[in-house]
Amino acid sequence: MNTFRVKAFGVTKDILGGKETVVEASGKTVADLRSALTEKYPKLVGLRSLFIAVNNSYADDTALLQESDEIALIPPVSGG
Amino acid sequence: MFNQPLENMIKITDKPIDVQKVIETASSLNAGAVNVFVGTVRNNAHGKNVVWLEYEAYETMAVGEIRKIIDDASHRWPLLGWAVSHRIGTLKPGEVAVAVAVSTPHRRESFDACEYIMDTLKEKVPIWKKEVFEDGEEWISARPEVAVNS
Repeated sequence: MNTFRVKAFGVTKDILGGKETVVEASGKTVADLRSALTEKYPKLVGLRSLFIAVNNSYADDTALLQESDEIALIPPVSGG
Repeated sequence: MFNQPLENMIKITDKPIDVQKVIETASSLNAGAVNVFVGTVRNNAHGKNVVWLEYEAYETMAVGEIRKIIDDASHRWPLLGWAVSHRIGTLKPGEVAVAVAVSTPHRRESFDACEYIMDTLKEKVPIWKKEVFEDGEEWISARPEVAVNS
């Protein structure tokens, strides 16, 4: 298993019940992390969109993660 | 493609935005146009009174994404100066949430560049707002059943 530390913002902070969570994923891709997150927090599925940022940039589902990466959940943005 | 401006600014701040400072930062003696957009907090949404808004940012990424937008804009229009300032924290109706200013040689490109920067900021930059009403609160655009607020 791979252990990832994930930051949460906006509505995902409410869903996770805090600013950060630690999840165990079976694989090392963003898609693997996404599956682990939605299993642990099913309410994430109901969002209009959910991107994952790795080291301060938007990441594709195929991107490979390292446990030391800075990972963040990006729900629909609404700045301005 | 075009020369990068020397003096510029990207700011995410919990203090009131100084719009005059944003305009001055973006200004250039070589420019014939300075275009500024100021976004303010509306006192209503979905037919209800907004008491206040809470803005939150993933600051390090937000600054990086704004930088990418400016880089794109600099390749499309001859930006001579620019500045972007976004407020976070608690804002009351009427307060300034965001200010974007650009200067260019002529007016048309200043309108286009400023519009592009602001539109792309709303689409890509990790900043979130929560509307707080008298009877509840809602993260904007988070869920499909909630009307998209522009």
